[in-house]
Amino acid sequence: MGKIIELKKVNKWFDKFQVLKDIDLEVASQEKIVICGPSGSGKSTLIRCINRLEEHQEGNIIIDGTELAENTKNIEKIRAEVGMVFQQFNLFPHLSILDNCTLAPIWVKKLPKKEAEEVAMKNLTRVQIDDQAHKFPGQLSGGQQQRAAIARALCMEPKIMLFDEPTSALDPEMIKEVLDVMVDLAKGGMTMIVVTHEMGFAKEVADYMIFMDEGKIVERAKTNEFFENPKSDRTKLFLSQIL
Amino acid sequence: MNILKPSKHNIKTYLPAGIIFILLGFLDVTMNSFFKVNLVAFFPGIISYFFPLIIGFIGLYLIRLEYSGIRNLDILNKNINSNNFNAILSLLTLFIIIKSISPLINWFFLDANFIGNSKEDCTGDGACWVFIKVWFRRLIYGMYPDPEQWRINTAFLLLFTLVGITFFAPAKFKKYFILFLIFIYPFIGIKLIGGGNFGLTYVETAAWGGLSLTFIISAFAIIFCFPIGVFLALGRRSDLPAIKYISIGFIELWRGVPLITVLFMASVMFPMFLPDGTFIDKLIRVLFAITMFEAAYMAEVVRGGLQALPKGQYEAARSLGMGYWRMNFLIILPQALKLVIPGIANTLLALVKDTPLIFVVGLMELAGMIRLAKTNPKWLGMAMEGYVFAGLVFWIICYAMSRYSQNLEKKLSTER
Repeated sequence: MGKIIELKKVNKWFDKFQVLKDIDLEVASQEKIVICGPSGSGKSTLIRCINRLEEHQEGNIIIDGTELAENTKNIEKIRAEVGMVFQQFNLFPHLSILDNCTLAPIWVKKLPKKEAEEVAMKNLTRVQIDDQAHKFPGQLSGGQQQRAAIARALCMEPKIMLFDEPTSALDPEMIKEVLDVMVDLAKGGMTMIVVTHEMGFAKEVADYMIFMDEGKIVERAKTNEFFENPKSDRTKLFLSQIL
Repeated sequence: MNILKPSKHNIKTYLPAGIIFILLGFLDVTMNSFFKVNLVAFFPGIISYFFPLIIGFIGLYLIRLEYSGIRNLDILNKNINSNNFNAILSLLTLFIIIKSISPLINWFFLDANFIGNSKEDCTGDGACWVFIKVWFRRLIYGMYPDPEQWRINTAFLLLFTLVGITFFAPAKFKKYFILFLIFIYPFIGIKLIGGGNFGLTYVETAAWGGLSLTFIISAFAIIFCFPIGVFLALGRRSDLPAIKYISIGFIELWRGVPLITVLFMASVMFPMFLPDGTFIDKLIRVLFAITMFEAAYMAEVVRGGLQALPKGQYEAARSLGMGYWRMNFLIILPQALKLVIPGIANTLLALVKDTPLIFVVGLMELAGMIRLAKTNPKWLGMAMEGYVFAGLVFWIICYAMSRYSQNLEKKLSTER
């Protein structure tokens, strides 16, 4: 399996404050990676750099053989291949769930409307909200909205899915329905990078765990090792606080 | 004193009594206002003057109860009769309305003159609507020659038919009708009204005027200022410094100058900069000036909507691979424009009401024609009728636009 994501010595600053420090990361196709760490450690910024919602100032980010750089066409091509799910869902409130899912395939991938709708219904069925397809986002519960957002990203048929704390804005009883969808997705062989505090989910699906603190990757380990035998003291402290 | 206080037990007797008192008060005011009869003239002057207020107040006091169980009474008490002060305020308001209705009706209808065709026919005390009747064609068509006025009628009839068809057309064809209305109809309309070929005699724009000119200017300015405003708003938020500062400069320049100055410049200064022999019609110059002026305002209204959208919407659109234009036209603008419908309606209403200012360049729309008519030696002293008429017409236009914008807001709402 080849490398699909490659980060080399990535540095990023917000003004004077350095948020990412010398990040090196390689992700193979179909690997699932969970990133955890205290708030402000740069986890969200890291995955937002992967589809260039944030710009990095130094280093290289190479996605599926294409380097992320100034070239706008490259960026749009990569974004179409990298799906992203946000903490706040970010569904388009003026469009029905179905239109949310078909908009980008029709206008970016130039799919015929009919085909786009078929793909959308297939993905909505997969996340089990096909019966809500004609409602507007405002009429759905948080869990349903987040599943719709996942379906919307899947409709672009991405090679990689990024999840930025997908369950942090949800009521506790809705977290499971979203995690179930994500587990199903992982079993289907999707390459996934997930920022989350749901350690149960991490143990179930992650191939690798990454622990970040103060903009650095402190520890990168196989999931079992990470939880049973963490190497650095910082990781031990973090795990003792959340487990 | 406790006996006088209304309660659940005595409300059966107090309610009819209270209602009689209140009705008496209203009867007195009404008789006084409409028939000039003072029912209580036997009281000394000041008491007779305040009699309806006093007796109405007693009536309201008698029926004021925290909770009576009678639904309508409870609603009344809660809304206009919650305490002594509110009771008096309610009575005063109602009485003032009744008092002012009768002189208005008299002026508008009962004492007004409708028959005749000169100022001398107006013998009553009320309005002289003969003035409006005689000048009606001029108020609608300006100096447009009488035998050619069917062309204006046809142009507007065509417009309204097209708008009607567009409104009821199936969603599939709607966009074609809208595109036709925006890009092709204006030229048909202008050719029809302006003439010059196709066997239509040429009518110079200086002869255009009246209400039809109000409509022409408003429609053109609205159609063009809207897209220009949207692009200026996007430009002002652009990452490209050149576009950003050009937009800011444009907006601030046009917004900072009074419309009357802009119009004056367009008609007097602008031709001086043109090479000799070139001539741009005055109406076109004025249209250009109004459009740019309103576009600057529109830009700021739209920018308000753009800024109100959460950042997540931009990020979601970009993460799906959309470029700048797709993101803005598919995701951002539909939401932002919906948010600022009240502001857009505000700007467009102001635009319609700004059109009378074109008098500074010698063009006369409805208000301008009235200004002209009232200075006619045969019709001196008709300013009141003229301006009331103009006010009513403008109010009807603006109220219709306002209602339309409210409907649009409701129709586009997705929060049910």
